[in-house]
Amino acid sequence: MLENYLPVLMFIIVGLVFGALPLIAGFVLGPRRPHPEKQAPYECGFEAFEDSRMKFDVRYYLVALLFILFDLEIAFLFPWAVVLEDIGLFGIAAMGLFVGLLVIGLLYEWQKGALEWE
Amino acid sequence: MSFETPDFSLALPEIWLLGAICVVLIVDLFVRGSRRSVTFFLTQAVLLVTAALAITTQWGVTETTFSGHYVVDPLAAMLKATLALLVVLALAYTRPYLEARGLLQGEVYLLALFATLGMLIIASGGSLLTLYLGLEMLSLSLYALVAYHRDSRQAAEAAMKYFVLGALASGILLYGMSMVYGGAASLELAVIAEAAASEEPPLLLLFGMSFMLVGVAFKLGAAPFHAWVPDVYQGAPTPVTLFISTAPKVAAVALFLRLLVDGLGPLHETLQPMLLILAAVSLLLGNLTAIMQTNLKRMLAYSGIAHAGFIVLALAAGTEAGHAAALFYVIAYGIMAAGAFGLIIVLSSAGTEAEQIADYRGLNERHPILAGVLLLLMISMTGIPGTIGFYAKYLVLKAAVEADLIAMAVLAVIAAVIGAFYYLRVLKVAYFDRPEVPPEGSQKPTGPNEGSVGEGEGATPSRPDGAAGTVLVPGASLPIRALLVVNGAAVLVLGIFPERLIALCQSVLGAG
Repeated sequence: MLENYLPVLMFIIVGLVFGALPLIAGFVLGPRRPHPEKQAPYECGFEAFEDSRMKFDVRYYLVALLFILFDLEIAFLFPWAVVLEDIGLFGIAAMGLFVGLLVIGLLYEWQKGALEWE
Repeated sequence: MSFETPDFSLALPEIWLLGAICVVLIVDLFVRGSRRSVTFFLTQAVLLVTAALAITTQWGVTETTFSGHYVVDPLAAMLKATLALLVVLALAYTRPYLEARGLLQGEVYLLALFATLGMLIIASGGSLLTLYLGLEMLSLSLYALVAYHRDSRQAAEAAMKYFVLGALASGILLYGMSMVYGGAASLELAVIAEAAASEEPPLLLLFGMSFMLVGVAFKLGAAPFHAWVPDVYQGAPTPVTLFISTAPKVAAVALFLRLLVDGLGPLHETLQPMLLILAAVSLLLGNLTAIMQTNLKRMLAYSGIAHAGFIVLALAAGTEAGHAAALFYVIAYGIMAAGAFGLIIVLSSAGTEAEQIADYRGLNERHPILAGVLLLLMISMTGIPGTIGFYAKYLVLKAAVEADLIAMAVLAVIAAVIGAFYYLRVLKVAYFDRPEVPPEGSQKPTGPNEGSVGEGEGATPSRPDGAAGTVLVPGASLPIRALLVVNGAAVLVLGIFPERLIALCQSVLGAG
């Protein structure tokens, strides 16, 4: 009965090792040259702690939105690639349509200058 | 699980519209010039072709495709053609107003096209998923359109309120949908209807239905879910207000017909009391509050709530005649609202907004034709015989009486009589009041009850100055004025010969 759960145990162990090993390896092997910037908590694009009423760069959101868009596209492409054999030509056409719509959106962003930082 | 290639040809109007939107988008990117003529005419052509496609490919067909998610029936065909034509009408008014304010960009038309696509999807929605997809597509475009004048504080505030409340309403609708899905174990409306028609429908369905009704009532602007209507109508640029008050209202009725008639129709007995409350509150609140307004756009917003009350009353009847009456009413309202806001657009020129009722003093002496259009629109909204508004109200009341809702019908008539006061007051101002001439060099006089109402409700901040002496100069070009006159005449012509439109509404809903 209990041995049925062996895969679960293995999975937990592998998960722990997989998560902990890089951290430990980095801790043991990595060179240590501390710097206030490096030791600050990680937060993308902003200071982690500051006044909430501040100016922020709206361009950051444009880039972030674009990133999320294409990031999700990748997430969508993976399962599609796995079953591509089964869904055949229809699947390719459907994905072509989806990516085509995204390309039109990208073209729009590009032409409107949303990709220019300065 | 087997996979079946869907029948794409059934969804031709939507496919055409989506493809055309992409083309318009790219064309707009590369076209120079500030008048956006190419984008404008391309948009209108695309919409006309969409309406034609809906009629030619979907009229008389009753089928489903995309695994039941997409329904084609005469109702869908008629709704799609109506929606596309109403959008054509609404967009036709936009150009002079937007150009005078430096807002004329291709995005206005693109957002309107995307909103139209969303509405078409609602019209053909065969499952909760499709309906929600269409609704969100419509709503997101509308939020952006309301915020379009981004330097205007009023517009930004209106858009913010609309967005927050709209997101809340969508959330509630979605919550109700999840309940219904839990109760019926299917997203398909046909299957949900079967579950609802069983001997003892699951309690979850009733629960979900109440939540879904909240979402639909919000989109329709029926009280007590109307809080966004006055601010959005007043704050948004007038062409956007015009757009919102025409086609999306029809889409809201379509949403109701799909969700709560096609899907949960068998539970109508439980739904009816809720609808009656919505109708009563909307009729009274809309008409009574509209009396106190000094801003014409805000007054029309409250009048829109009152009209929503009539539509809900027709839906509450629950019969096919009632549904047909609601459909006819909302189309009639769309035509009337397009005319009323179109008149505001025509009378607004760069720098002045013809939105205070006091601004219309003496309109008849200066622009008798425009005053005539105003007369037609106002008596039609009142419901005086000879105009389309009369038949709309008549059909609703007839359906309500036939469904034994006599007390509600009496209430609706009383509310309509109350409503006559503020419509006729606008006419009194336009025909009998003298225009005030502001004394040279002194401050403009302020009207007696100027600007206090909006603030009193904690609403949008009042406009910069009491423009009660403004002499209105039509800022629109001749074709737009001609369109307005045609729109006003349509109210009259359809009021004298309403049979075909009524018969059409009845035939698509199976009430011969």
